[in-house]
Amino acid sequence: MIRYFSSNFSHLILLIGIFIMIIPVWLIFASSTHTASIINTQGLQFFLGDKFLENYTKVLLYEGGFFKEITALKMFLNSFLMATGVAFLSVISSLMTAYVLVYFRVKYATLLFWIIFITILVPLELRIFPTYSVMSTLNLVNSYWGLIIPISASAIATLFFRQFYKTIPDELLESAKLDGANTWRFFIDFLVPLSKTMIVAMFIFMFVFGYNQYLWPILVTSSEQYWTVVMGLKMMSGSIVNKFAFVIMSMIPPVLIIIVLQKYFIKGIFQDK
Amino acid sequence: MSFLELKKVTKIYPNGTKAVHETSMNVENGEFMVFVGPSGCGKSTLLRMIAGLEDITEGNINLDGILINKVDPSERDVAMVFQNYALYPHMNVYNNLAYGLKNRGISKEDIEKKVNEAAKLLQISEYLQRKPSMLSGGQRQRVAMGRAIVRSPKIFLFDEPLSNLDAKLRIQMRLEIKKLQQKVGVTSIFVTHDQVEAMTLADRLAVINNGLIEQLGTPIEIYNNPKSMFVAGFIGSPQMNFLEGELKNKTLTSEGFEINNVTSDFNGPVILGIRPEHMSQTDKGLINLSVDLVEQLGSDNLIYGEIKNKKDFCFRCPGSQIIKKGSKLSLNINDNNYYVFDKSNGNRVN
Repeated sequence: MIRYFSSNFSHLILLIGIFIMIIPVWLIFASSTHTASIINTQGLQFFLGDKFLENYTKVLLYEGGFFKEITALKMFLNSFLMATGVAFLSVISSLMTAYVLVYFRVKYATLLFWIIFITILVPLELRIFPTYSVMSTLNLVNSYWGLIIPISASAIATLFFRQFYKTIPDELLESAKLDGANTWRFFIDFLVPLSKTMIVAMFIFMFVFGYNQYLWPILVTSSEQYWTVVMGLKMMSGSIVNKFAFVIMSMIPPVLIIIVLQKYFIKGIFQDK
Repeated sequence: MSFLELKKVTKIYPNGTKAVHETSMNVENGEFMVFVGPSGCGKSTLLRMIAGLEDITEGNINLDGILINKVDPSERDVAMVFQNYALYPHMNVYNNLAYGLKNRGISKEDIEKKVNEAAKLLQISEYLQRKPSMLSGGQRQRVAMGRAIVRSPKIFLFDEPLSNLDAKLRIQMRLEIKKLQQKVGVTSIFVTHDQVEAMTLADRLAVINNGLIEQLGTPIEIYNNPKSMFVAGFIGSPQMNFLEGELKNKTLTSEGFEINNVTSDFNGPVILGIRPEHMSQTDKGLINLSVDLVEQLGSDNLIYGEIKNKKDFCFRCPGSQIIKKGSKLSLNINDNNYYVFDKSNGNRVN
């Protein structure tokens, strides 16, 4: 009885939480399907209107910016490239960094790790000047690489992989050695499959991180060609319903990534159990 | 020339700990050698040096006529079974067995044939598609052995592989390992701290203490003829009784009794060792035991009691004999089956 009550009660709390988070999003979505005059005169709408198709196609094909060089579709492509690039590079670099730190005979490996870890305290905003100057010297301003590289090394992901590798028993390495696995094979055949779950989790995390970047893309791109979705949110002009529609659409890629990869994430967890 | 030769092998860890001292021994082809000793005696280090998982500080190891000191573990052609099995958790049983073969560039058909043969031998054919996490302890143990067998290596190395199993399974697997080794005929080295395992498995036994081989020989040789007090105390269950005494002109005085005509010219303080199973009850025996505790094992009884100043003296008698707590027993040593050790260094003197 108590169990029944407490499970119902916790469900109630969860439902309240979900409502608090979903209602603002729903308000924007419902409002984005009306005409601008309704929003301007009657405020935010709770029920759906009939201008869904019209408003959303307009946004997708809308040519923004001063030179009208960018469309919303292109912004989505830019954001997707940037977020995927950041996620891929940071997962690969932190996987390998952790591998070296844990399995190679590196002198002062722990100290090196903590130096890497301290970089968490130095966010991009603090080192934006030198970073920009490096990118500019490398001729990477106004390019996808310029958007991606400076934020594609993650100390947190390195920390997660390192702690995970430390839990893998030494016998596994020794056994693999006797089975003829060299340094590279051990990484590919053992560590990568064993950390699959964590790789997916870190990929999601870094994808969203890359997607949400605002300040760095503004600084490193001057050409409208490289506008990302988050930049577009600020720079886009037009009526209020179009802005709402764009806000809703900008949420789709990260949500989609989580939904698609969640399957593997859960599968990974259950396989190990 | 022997199959495996260790010449003055020494291991000193970077922090200065000396784990193995100038150990030399030979293992013949097809032999089952067991390293036995207490925890931290260096037996595992010695095994790991043969496998190539530890560097050799000094000395040489020859396997099948080749000096392997600097040979990479993957190229030594040795297989090892670990205490926690070290199965590959993300691969199914088939791939666990096949992985080492794949790395050696063996063709797919040959791999399949070899894996199936090994699986059949170990009766794990029906689990080939399962992940290690879905297997019981005994099945995992078999997979670990399968992984060693499938490669047909020059030598099997076992690092306390039975210590994670429950008592009943341990005895069963012990038997299976012995049978399997006889069937496959591969030279094997087995490390254990369990003297029963050591006695039952070994063709020859190396008793190791503090990084030194105390004695090397067949189990029965070592049981009948221990060279030192350490070996005598370590081999045999229940443990040998040790009594303090004095040896003078071939007469040994200890705890209220005397033994004459001891075959030794040693004079001075000694330790007398008597195995619990080497005594029997008589009317007027040497040793008078007042019984404190009786352990009834069914086939045998273990009687613990006091003789003069020595507590927990153990005597073993058939289970049919009924002995009550508090009674007094008179015991004789059978056929002069006693051992005399120099008290100062523990060496055997008779």
